[in-house]
Amino acid sequence: MAVATETPFHVLAVDDSLPDRKLIERLLKTSSFQVTTVDSGSKALEFLGIHGEDSSPPVSVHEDQLEVAVNLIITDYCMPGMTGYDLLKKIKQESTSLRDIPVVIMSSENIPSRINRCLEEGADEFFLKPVRLSDMSKLKPHILKSRCKEHYQQEQHQQSDSSSNECSNTTNSSSSSENSNSRKRKAEDNEEVLPQTNRSRHS
Amino acid sequence: MAAAALREQLNALLASMFASGLVDEQFQQLQMLQDDGSTPGFVAEVVTLFCDDADRIISELAALLEQPVVDFDKVDAYVHQLKGSSASIGAQKVKFTCMQFRQLCQDKNRDGCIMALAVVRNEFYDLRNKFQTMLQLEQQIQAQQ
Repeated sequence: MAVATETPFHVLAVDDSLPDRKLIERLLKTSSFQVTTVDSGSKALEFLGIHGEDSSPPVSVHEDQLEVAVNLIITDYCMPGMTGYDLLKKIKQESTSLRDIPVVIMSSENIPSRINRCLEEGADEFFLKPVRLSDMSKLKPHILKSRCKEHYQQEQHQQSDSSSNECSNTTNSSSSSENSNSRKRKAEDNEEVLPQTNRSRHS
Repeated sequence: MAAAALREQLNALLASMFASGLVDEQFQQLQMLQDDGSTPGFVAEVVTLFCDDADRIISELAALLEQPVVDFDKVDAYVHQLKGSSASIGAQKVKFTCMQFRQLCQDKNRDGCIMALAVVRNEFYDLRNKFQTMLQLEQQIQAQQ
């Protein structure tokens, strides 16, 4: 049996149906995920710190606040107002690394054109409802894949960054200071690499 | 009544619910998630949420179908919701009726929809009664331990 040595992954679950929200929450918790549930796409965007029209770069300096990284988003397709597909598009339009958070779409309807459209827009997985416990095991690989990619990108940026004019006067390289180089923070070994730009506002 | 006898009653009830197609293996998923140990009240909670949700939807459907001009898109949207949540908890019979109901919506068949609503309502009430009995038995068994 694996010993948990690191913080559990955090999943944001979006579904307008209350029984479904309860179920997905339980499925995720049983699979050792930390869970936040919201009942709409707009609340999901709020949680992620994505603002209405403009997707502004991560400039928050809330280091003292509890920062909650989101490692995966799982959303229902059919929701009033903003569908899961609309939410997916908004996330993928982000200029920050929020767009790299893996997104899973759930739907009770098996419509191939719908599934394809979501996958083409960047969804990592499509679950047919009702979701079962066995579906949960498909989530972690997507999280790990996206974090490997992020780690790699961070290192690439670091190398090209040494001569960049963008470097502001960082007082202490080991502090997690939120500046324009926040995405290029050096990753520590064996430590949970929580991408800074994936932080959501804690309110 | 002794816990063993209550257990027997509960098992018999559950067996009949599965055998008659009232619930399917998705309901077993819920039971499994509860038996995991950490959340003893999980099934009760989800079932209660479903019943409240279904009750609300059925009322909305009744109101919509009473209108002189029926908005079938709205009716369909509600039936879709009910179909979804019934599938999620394993309420098979209700789910199947909802599937037929949706077809009638798409055909804009008002009389058909009214009949389908009556069927869904009956099936839901039957299911709800059985759920209530199930939860009562579970509580009684818990109390004995």
